[in-house]
Amino acid sequence: MKFSVMVNEGPYNHQASDSAYHFTKAVLQAGHEVFRVFFYHDGVNNGTRLTTPPQDDRNVVARWSELAVEHKVDLVVCVAAAQRRGIADADEAKRNGKNADNIAEGFRISGLGQLIEAGIVSDRLVEFGD
Amino acid sequence: MPTVKKMMYVNRRAPHGTGYALEGLEVVLIGTAFEQEVCMAFIGDGVYQIMQGQDTRAAGMKNFSPTYKALGDYDVTRLYVEQESLSERGLSVDDLMPLTYEDEDDDWAEKPSVQVIVRKELSQIMAAQDVLFNF
Repeated sequence: MKFSVMVNEGPYNHQASDSAYHFTKAVLQAGHEVFRVFFYHDGVNNGTRLTTPPQDDRNVVARWSELAVEHKVDLVVCVAAAQRRGIADADEAKRNGKNADNIAEGFRISGLGQLIEAGIVSDRLVEFGD
Repeated sequence: MPTVKKMMYVNRRAPHGTGYALEGLEVVLIGTAFEQEVCMAFIGDGVYQIMQGQDTRAAGMKNFSPTYKALGDYDVTRLYVEQESLSERGLSVDDLMPLTYEDEDDDWAEKPSVQVIVRKELSQIMAAQDVLFNF
């Protein structure tokens, strides 16, 4: 079965990103396909590589990055939501006249059309949020 | 991508206390480009999103409520409002914006987009969808 996942809350304050991660991993381990993970609302905050959690805690962002690298999962951060919250890749930073970018490995920034597309082509779109 | 799916955007929150309503509406507008069979539902505090006469100036928030009036032009013509949610809040359909669309199959007659329906009926419509987006 083809799944897509939507993450609507940021890391650490809310379990949505943790649950979405465990769900995505379980889907892959069960042999299903994950077409895309889409980060929206405060969920875009899962895509900053500047996250520095205490060493005795999980690294939510790094976990997603590892999943993207290991399983070629498409992690997409919504551009409009990202602009509001200060998440940028090199292109976005340049386009908006910012002096830094912070996107984490394995994430890419794109538009809301990617979410609609995920809803259309996937057998299930599973949303994690409040 | 020839697939046409039934998609419902479920709005559950008041408009200005969180960003969910505004960003949810942005998804609806972008989604219109994909020509799917879409509708919206307003339940719980979500019914406040389409209240008449919203004035956000004192709160310093962006008033995006006029955007709902454009939905009809983008073929988003079915806005289901849950009767129980209105009643629980002391509201009626007269408190909502008179949102309309022009029906191309009926000589472009102007028709109301808002349909107030009871919870049981809404749950049946919800169950018939292919995709739900929750905001």
